[in-house]
Amino acid sequence: MTARQRLWFFAIAAAGLVACLLWAFTGLPGFGNYPGPYGQEILRQAVAQTHATGVVSAINFEYRGFDTVGEEFILFTAAAGMSVVLRRLRKERQTEPVDEAKTRTIPATSSAVRIAALLLVGPTAVLGWWLASHAQTSPSGGFQGGVILASAFILIYLAGEFLTFRRLSPVALLDAVEAAGAGGFVAIGLAAIAMNLPFLDNYLPLGQYPGAISSSGTIALISFFVGIEVAAAFTAIIGELLEQTLLRSA
Amino acid sequence: MISAGLMNTLQVTVLVLVAAGATVVVRTRSRIRQVLALSVYGMLLAILFLVFQAPDVTLSELTVGAIALPIILLLAIAKVRKREQ
Repeated sequence: MTARQRLWFFAIAAAGLVACLLWAFTGLPGFGNYPGPYGQEILRQAVAQTHATGVVSAINFEYRGFDTVGEEFILFTAAAGMSVVLRRLRKERQTEPVDEAKTRTIPATSSAVRIAALLLVGPTAVLGWWLASHAQTSPSGGFQGGVILASAFILIYLAGEFLTFRRLSPVALLDAVEAAGAGGFVAIGLAAIAMNLPFLDNYLPLGQYPGAISSSGTIALISFFVGIEVAAAFTAIIGELLEQTLLRSA
Repeated sequence: MISAGLMNTLQVTVLVLVAAGATVVVRTRSRIRQVLALSVYGMLLAILFLVFQAPDVTLSELTVGAIALPIILLLAIAKVRKREQ
């Protein structure tokens, strides 16, 4: 097939695709129009039913809590898979980095970066913790809070060095926290079954009024467990990768 | 309240910015620069979700697209580079 023939072939196929797409677009509901019944129904009932003003969290950890358990274990499995794939092999050993291009000058981490990173560690940790523990009253939740909490550890790496990062986040502790987070979520669900309720049923007191930090029963608790699971998983993944850059095959 | 007209202008502006950002990411050939472009693109996507009134997705996109993914990619590049030497 010559280049010219190929171009014709592409032109006809592309024209056909554009025509089909345009035809399909005409059948879509209007921009910003949601025709399904569930959205409106949940908006009407969620706050009264769950006492959570963060309706997204109410949906994630209550109405579709079972799906969220599955999603939780996607990350758990990813972190576990990463530790298996990136485990230290017998022929690998950790060596001091050797400068192989001696004429090259490596710029040292500037004091500006170190100080800025150090100053951000505290606020980042607080923000992550706040987001993970306020799922019931704001559009946040354990997932977002957990990742931000993990990035506080990455800032420690930026501000200091790898050893400090490792000392503050030992692998055994990360694994334990990750397992506790994922297991806690499932345990909350199973406790409902033990009480003769459906899996993940909200059996804790909902609190006096919606929007209070102590409201929403199991929703806030699940978000907390998701938060520590995600924070540990992400810190473990980043730590694993950082370690990889220090390893070399012997 | 922000008027509907202004909201539409905002939405169109952000959509155009996201399209431009995606093009920049694809057109960047240097690996490190591509990761940085990807990080900025994640930020743009986060703004898009905010403008379309999904603050929860904004937070997720911000943490994953602008922070976690670029860091993981940068570390992978550092590892590969070491092997190339």
